[in-house]
Amino acid sequence: MWAKLVFAVAAAYILGAAAWVISAGVVRPKEGGELLNVACDPTRELWRDLNAAFVREHDEKHGTRLSVLQAHGGSGSQARAVVDGLEADVITLALWTDTDAVRKAGLINPGWEDRLPNRSLPYTSTIVFVVRNGNPKGVRDWADLARDDVAVVTPNPKTSGNGRWSFLALWGSVVWRGGTDARAREFVRGVYTRVPVLDPAARGATMTFAQKGIGDVHLTWENEARLEVAEAGGALQVVYPGRPGEKPLSVLAEPHVAVVDRNVDRKGTRAAAEAYMAFLYTPPAQEVIARHHHRPTDPAVFARHRDHFPDMDLRRATTLVPSGKWDDIQKTYFAEGAEFDRLYSAKAKN
Amino acid sequence: MAADTLLPAGGGREPPGVLIEQGAHAPRPPGRGTDPWYVRAVLVGLTVLIVGGLVGLPLVAVFHHALANGLGAYWHNLTADPDTRHAIFLTLMVAPVAVGLNVAFGIAAAWVIARFRFPGRGVLVTLIDLPFSVSPVVAGLVFVLLFGLNAPAGEWLRAHGYQVLFAPPGLVLATAFVTFPFVARELIPVLEAIGPEEELAARSLGASGWELFWRITLPNIKWALLYGVILCNARAMGEFGAVYVVSGRIGGRTDTMPLRVEKLFQEYNTPAAFGLASVLTLLALVTLIAKVLIEPRLREKAPPSIGEP
Repeated sequence: MWAKLVFAVAAAYILGAAAWVISAGVVRPKEGGELLNVACDPTRELWRDLNAAFVREHDEKHGTRLSVLQAHGGSGSQARAVVDGLEADVITLALWTDTDAVRKAGLINPGWEDRLPNRSLPYTSTIVFVVRNGNPKGVRDWADLARDDVAVVTPNPKTSGNGRWSFLALWGSVVWRGGTDARAREFVRGVYTRVPVLDPAARGATMTFAQKGIGDVHLTWENEARLEVAEAGGALQVVYPGRPGEKPLSVLAEPHVAVVDRNVDRKGTRAAAEAYMAFLYTPPAQEVIARHHHRPTDPAVFARHRDHFPDMDLRRATTLVPSGKWDDIQKTYFAEGAEFDRLYSAKAKN
Repeated sequence: MAADTLLPAGGGREPPGVLIEQGAHAPRPPGRGTDPWYVRAVLVGLTVLIVGGLVGLPLVAVFHHALANGLGAYWHNLTADPDTRHAIFLTLMVAPVAVGLNVAFGIAAAWVIARFRFPGRGVLVTLIDLPFSVSPVVAGLVFVLLFGLNAPAGEWLRAHGYQVLFAPPGLVLATAFVTFPFVARELIPVLEAIGPEEELAARSLGASGWELFWRITLPNIKWALLYGVILCNARAMGEFGAVYVVSGRIGGRTDTMPLRVEKLFQEYNTPAAFGLASVLTLLALVTLIAKVLIEPRLREKAPPSIGEP
């Protein structure tokens, strides 16, 4: 009987798969150790190389077979997933606020920012422009984004780290040059009015701009911009926004890293996780970071790649609020009903 | 089995349930020229254009991109990357379990709905359709809320060393939820059309519930069941939204094939993305062929046997 045989095989297969699925839910320490790095979107290529380098070094030193897993997504949604139970050993998110949200949930001990060198910043970055090759719209400075014929592509500040840094850079480009908040609000509203697609995460916005060909200017991380231009094979170019004769001006993007204390303590991976984070500050890791167009915080390595990173006037986002606190940036600009909601709902009404 | 205590559904007395497919057996009048030729030509032309443009072209494009660098590169793209291999493996594990769950639940639900009249039956019929009307993302979020660390169930499971969310069990639950209606919806009209007479006869001749199911019910519904399983499986393997939310997107751990396709595409690895997408597309084509093969069987089984006026 063919039918019976097929049925028996199918039933055996499904039962086997079910057994595997059920057993896959059991949490057990993996031999040799396993770390999960929950990261923001545009750092996939960076972490692939950093992980390979770290695992090589760590295994040589300890004779183990460590593996490092990656999960990427919008910074805010990644933080949310960790709070909901994603077993991250370390988080490498785009924003202080997202890392701190995990602390607020009780998964990271207070004072995390001071536990690693350089305020837990192995590298920094900034927000720059990507334009179509030859810069047909002649976009050179932040002020050019206010023009009616310039459509800007940038992800949603509500969900994406890239989106938030873009928003803060736009706002700051007015305020840091002595403009008032009212002027900044006017300028930022104008820009977001002409954003054709508000993607949820950085890489989605890159695809919208580079592959689908939507928009004139892509506001994105410096590293993402470099990668995007390299992948486009001559169709795109990077613009460092600034007035003629002045240093380009933008925000100092600070993607903090942190060990998720409660997870590593339960999984018994603290030593490996801390070694992983410490590794990021070593010269070999800083070299990898520079090669991926992030600005390394090791002065010696940065000096070696000097001509790779144009000299810029980079301002910290915390200068935008009087208290200098990220919580107030969140409250002023991104919370429910704050600046972004107000100016974006104003767009919807138009 | 309490078939004799509950009121069995009368084969012909009840008005057909909402789920009964209508018109499947009505003989079509031969297409004589009731409409002018140009109307027919325009309609046929439009249909061909729409189907060709919306369905045919993307299908061709997937295989074109996948095979852009030749068969060797295609095979390499599918098998060289451990994360891609794991994604294929994971889909081959998760989808059948979700289908298996839905076969069990689907048969039970369809049988209860087709055979018994009870208070809340209408609600149950509507609930079975719910996963079709709920956005998959919402379905995923529901599981996050149920099994997240902030929910009692999630907290308890975590304390006992078991992980549902961001692990294969969560993927199965989300997939099973989204694909739940396929099996039940196929079975309810068939069971209603067949009527309970054969089962009652078997019962009166002393068949046990188990024999009843294997010898009477199952042979009657087997083609409809197979049809439902095929549709269910196709959707289960292709499910993206709900799985995206509950997976946590851990590369080489909780990425199923559709998630992996998206990731590869976003990592500028277009040939590999389309390579993997072509595997999913092939599956869809196999589904289509199986569907076409089964449909005639479905029709010959569907006419009600006894008791229909």
